[in-house]
Amino acid sequence: MTRPPHAFPLTRRSILLTGTAGLVSAALPFGASATPEDADAAIRALFGDRLINDGKVTVKLPPIAENGNSVAIGVSVDSPMSEDDYVKQIALFSPRNPIADVARFHLGPRAGKAEVSTRIRMAGTQTVRAIAEMNDGSLWKGTASTVVTLAACVIG
Amino acid sequence: MTIRIAAPDTAKKGEVIEIKALIQHPMETGYRSDSKGKEIPRDIITEFECSYDGETVFAANFFPAIAANPFLTFYTKATTSGTLEFTWTDQDGESWSETHDLTVE
Amino acid sequence: MMRACLLAFLTVTACTEASAPDTTPERTRLAPGEIRSGYTFLQPQTQALQDDDFANPGFLWVDRGDALFHEAAANGKSCASCHGEEGEELASAAAHYPAIDEDSGELVNIEGRINLCRARHQEREPLDYESDDLLGLTAYVAYLARGVPMSVDISGAAQSWYEKGEDYFYTRRGQFNLACSQCHNESWGKKLRGDTISQGHGNAFPGYRLEWQSFGSLQRRLRDCDSGVRAEPLDYGSDTYKAVELYLAKRAEGLAMESPGVRR
Repeated sequence: MTRPPHAFPLTRRSILLTGTAGLVSAALPFGASATPEDADAAIRALFGDRLINDGKVTVKLPPIAENGNSVAIGVSVDSPMSEDDYVKQIALFSPRNPIADVARFHLGPRAGKAEVSTRIRMAGTQTVRAIAEMNDGSLWKGTASTVVTLAACVIG
Repeated sequence: MTIRIAAPDTAKKGEVIEIKALIQHPMETGYRSDSKGKEIPRDIITEFECSYDGETVFAANFFPAIAANPFLTFYTKATTSGTLEFTWTDQDGESWSETHDLTVE
Repeated sequence: MMRACLLAFLTVTACTEASAPDTTPERTRLAPGEIRSGYTFLQPQTQALQDDDFANPGFLWVDRGDALFHEAAANGKSCASCHGEEGEELASAAAHYPAIDEDSGELVNIEGRINLCRARHQEREPLDYESDDLLGLTAYVAYLARGVPMSVDISGAAQSWYEKGEDYFYTRRGQFNLACSQCHNESWGKKLRGDTISQGHGNAFPGYRLEWQSFGSLQRRLRDCDSGVRAEPLDYGSDTYKAVELYLAKRAEGLAMESPGVRR
């Protein structure tokens, strides 16, 4: 993913910070966090051991988020959304939030277009996975990543 | 709960229309503590449904990772003049609804 | 605790270079041409959220305020009865607050004015600071003035309030021993962890903060600043915070009102 030049200014100035370690978030107000393996497990719990193909699913996230409490995410699936060829479900998974499940969207031919957007919490820098289940039972996966930075002032 | 819906009032038959929905809700994760260190219990909306003349055309399940004041954008195909009904339901079964009338030409 | 220590270290490193710890901060000023809204220090996606009049969650409170504005009290009067169906009589009022209330001679902010109106014209109880209803009404009134350049009157009875707010702005406080001016006049544009330090204007408020995951008043924001430097936050509605609001409004003169703004 390419970053616009203004989107990653963290190391541009060294005047104020003695180093960049710790700049990228580790410590949002969450407890224990999930791991990529937990995300795998959550995916298996929903879809079993069925084959997951890469492709058809596009996830849009900003390259950088200055606060992990509300990050805009969009998911679209390449599908005609016709009576006999449509997306049944899109599920989002996080490899780093306390719970790997993020959201599930249930669609059908009446949706007309397989595109959904919402705003999610991200407990730190991570790669969010989206899996689409088609009406023929096939599964497709897409991912996107966001760097979540630490805020200047911690309150309390 | 304040609800905001953005959807066209009229559409052509077969047109795919964009719908936006926003509701005021803290989506409290259950992972935060108050200023005295006491855990704040989880309080989240778990389900959303949009029906079009009584038939579900889009639905969602939310987990604590959905941001406070949940926002959604999705689509539906305009088929016939009718009412879009939006319903959010929380973990305890309490629900909030709003409707929007759509005229199909 | 770890985070607090790290922040203490970074903050002290960041903000004390310009002046030795024991001195009173110099009364530095922002040059008139360099006044910039906090909006310009936000990441593009946060700006986009403010710019979207549907997705901006602050509009949930504007909508609530709109409904309350039109709700009649027991004596039959609603806000709209005096201020117009669309609030047209208030069109830019919020850009000129805080202001001196002529009857009492006291300084009032928008929240205070709303509660005075309720008491004097609607025979209603005051609303609590940070209640959804007071935030909603304040948001609605501020939204009516969106885009209007801030301009407050600091003459006459307001002058001593202005000076009190100015003194607060330049006084070191809290465990970090920092004055507002040291971050927001002397260090704006520099990095503090992942953020760029802003100039500390109040034109987005009442506004939605991602950090709060909710909507809040300018005084809530001031309380966060005081907590941030590990000072004891003042009470909502305190004379000192009202004075600071007046000072900040004058300091931001000409900056467009953005409420309901979105901040990180």
